[in-house]
Amino acid sequence: MPSYVDPSKCDGCKGGDKTACMYICPNDLMVLNKEEMKAYNQEPDACWECYSCVKICPQGAIFVRGYDDFVPMGGQVHPMRSADSIMWTVKFRNGNMKRFKFPIRTTAEGAANAYAGQKGASLDDECLFLESALPTPK
Amino acid sequence: MALPNKPNGEIEAVVNPEVVEHDVDILIVGGGMAACGTAFEIKKWATDDMKIVLCDKASMERSGAVAQGLSAINTFIGENPIENYVKMVRNDLMGVVREDLIYDCGRHVDESVKLFEEWGLPIWKKDAAGENLDGSKPAPTLREGGTPVRTGKWQIMINGESYKCIVAEPAKAALGEENCLERIFIVKMLLDKNKANQIAGAVGFSTRENKVHVFRCKTALVACGGAVNIFRPRSTGEGKGRAWYPVWNAGSTYTMCGQVGATMTMMENRFTPARFKDGYGPVGAWFLLFKAKVQNGLGEFYANSAAVKEELSKFMPYGASAVTPTCLRNHLMINELKEGRGPIYMATDVALNAFLDDRKAAGMNDKDLKKFWKHLESEAWEDFLDMSVGQAGLWAGANVEPEKVGSEIMPTEPYLLGSHSGCCGIWTSGPNEAWVPDVANDSRAHKYKWGYNRMTTVDGLFTAGDGVGASGHKFSSGAHAEGRIVAKQLVKFCRDNADFKPELKQTAQELADEVYAPVKLYKENQGLSTASNVNPAYCKPAGIMMRLMKATDEYGGGVATYYMTSGKLLGICMDLLKLLREDAEKMAAGDLHELLRAWENYHRIWCVEMHIRHIQFREESRYPGFYYRSDFPAVDDENWKCFVNSTFNPDTKEWLCEKVECINIVETDPWL
Repeated sequence: MPSYVDPSKCDGCKGGDKTACMYICPNDLMVLNKEEMKAYNQEPDACWECYSCVKICPQGAIFVRGYDDFVPMGGQVHPMRSADSIMWTVKFRNGNMKRFKFPIRTTAEGAANAYAGQKGASLDDECLFLESALPTPK
Repeated sequence: MALPNKPNGEIEAVVNPEVVEHDVDILIVGGGMAACGTAFEIKKWATDDMKIVLCDKASMERSGAVAQGLSAINTFIGENPIENYVKMVRNDLMGVVREDLIYDCGRHVDESVKLFEEWGLPIWKKDAAGENLDGSKPAPTLREGGTPVRTGKWQIMINGESYKCIVAEPAKAALGEENCLERIFIVKMLLDKNKANQIAGAVGFSTRENKVHVFRCKTALVACGGAVNIFRPRSTGEGKGRAWYPVWNAGSTYTMCGQVGATMTMMENRFTPARFKDGYGPVGAWFLLFKAKVQNGLGEFYANSAAVKEELSKFMPYGASAVTPTCLRNHLMINELKEGRGPIYMATDVALNAFLDDRKAAGMNDKDLKKFWKHLESEAWEDFLDMSVGQAGLWAGANVEPEKVGSEIMPTEPYLLGSHSGCCGIWTSGPNEAWVPDVANDSRAHKYKWGYNRMTTVDGLFTAGDGVGASGHKFSSGAHAEGRIVAKQLVKFCRDNADFKPELKQTAQELADEVYAPVKLYKENQGLSTASNVNPAYCKPAGIMMRLMKATDEYGGGVATYYMTSGKLLGICMDLLKLLREDAEKMAAGDLHELLRAWENYHRIWCVEMHIRHIQFREESRYPGFYYRSDFPAVDDENWKCFVNSTFNPDTKEWLCEKVECINIVETDPWL
């Protein structure tokens, strides 16, 4: 189910060094054509349909069209992701629609505690940071 | 119309890339769950002057197997004895596992899960009435004693769309953004020039600019996942991207460690998951949370039939468990298919409606029933939307609503991995503690511990997650915990070897030339043809990958033969791989994306060769349902209840395959 870019919405992330989709794609698929200032998926048959590009695109310009070797045309699954939740719209081939909203995070972005500056106790036992005693098999 | 003889990608490769050299103490290769565990943990132990760098070929926010998200955490020990976790893994993997590594993972994993929740991962809870609450509802945390929603004994449900983002954030913050180098693909680990069997560095390249990066380090972690697109997938067009495991995992972990002489273990093991056909959506929640059953083409719920019980009795003690081992579940399904009793359907409609009927029978009013149904439907869809959106897309395109109609399930093509329900990987030391067996043998390939937990048989080279062999069922949380374990050991190794000055055998320029060889080949020969992808002097990565997958599928026990192979077929497969390896030297790359694909294919070919070599050596069929040898069709505990370990000698280029004793640490009576 490869992602594709709607040229009427893509602004090439306004000529920055890298587009959001290029930054995020785990498989190095999304690239920017600098002449047109539009992004595209350069290897659709290597797309995992992980939706990382769809979720991150600031213009909402990226969609997914089902893999052409087994998905009948006409359906669409599209997300709207915010800081704490994601809303999915599932449109069926026959026109039926379903909507689902799920939480995705309970803390503010950037708030995860890295425990910076804190140190573990002894380097010579097997206890990890925040652990003080370990069991052994009975 | 221009002739199609130009490089395909947007970033054209040049013959002479810039070469950047880095001197670090510790190098972390990979950015998935395991590497994020290491990145989070390592500064808690390192001294301030230690230089630590992480290289990820993607962006940590969405890299590795959890990039898309997950709907469950499959390993959370909680109230269970860790010994029972060991027993479960041991039975699921047909008896041949490293119990020390599994136990060790089990005693650290919950701390990772508690951290995830603290960082913001929503974890479902049970309320006082026993109903499910999603992870955003107020409830006591796991640390505070909150009750997670268990599906099986070990799994808990989450709202996991942003799981990887949440885990990567503190990992990057802890290590320092400036020490996380993204879009750098490490392609080779490098041994020291002076000290035998000691890791001294790595080489890789940027996929964003023409730069080769050469690292010198005292110690390194290699944790970049398992191997995908190594057997011909069931969908060979656009749909081959819809692999069950992340399509970007190219076996890099196994190949890079194996090539420098790290002993491999159980590389014959593979995972062939049974999943929803084509979309490869997960089945775990359907089986466990929704109690769905599978039906054959005759409408029979065959799993509890007398014939199945008799079949399972051939595989004792493994077949006796309440939850049948994953490979044997496949075996039963394959038997149905081979007998012409397909297709196999997951009765999703029956399962969901049974919940509704229960509530009706208990007297729930219509309004509450409607609400309950809506919630149930939402839970069912979230399972896919969190981690396998493509399955939802397939259902949308095919007008399938799982609450109204069942869906076909099918065993997929094989994958190599060590953290899910498979256990191939690298032989590592267990914890340096008294309870870990101390085997009297000069060779580390036979020992269970040699000082540094999760160190491979190569000094200073560590692995985690999919990399560690003979200890499956770690999943996302266990991989993170294992990364944390390694973090401490890397620092310890660094401290203990403070005087070691790594020196590479090759110059940086020689390494750069090797990494960029496919570019040179392309530039020298592109004029021989008017079409870039068809040329008498070179081949392209895309074609090489298809050639590899055809060879393994037809001769190595892929879907083409219902996973059946034999000594004869394996011999042909090895012959084909030898030619393929020679021709892989002729892979050409005109742009940086293609160079990435070329190196991924080198990694794929190598790790597949290890896989085939191990299947050749093990003269039995240890994992019926994952693969079969027609010449040795039975599970032969008398001769083969042992590890198969193999070691490549980087100097002589010879392989040594050997049987290694499998020692039980947790009681075997009762077996479960």
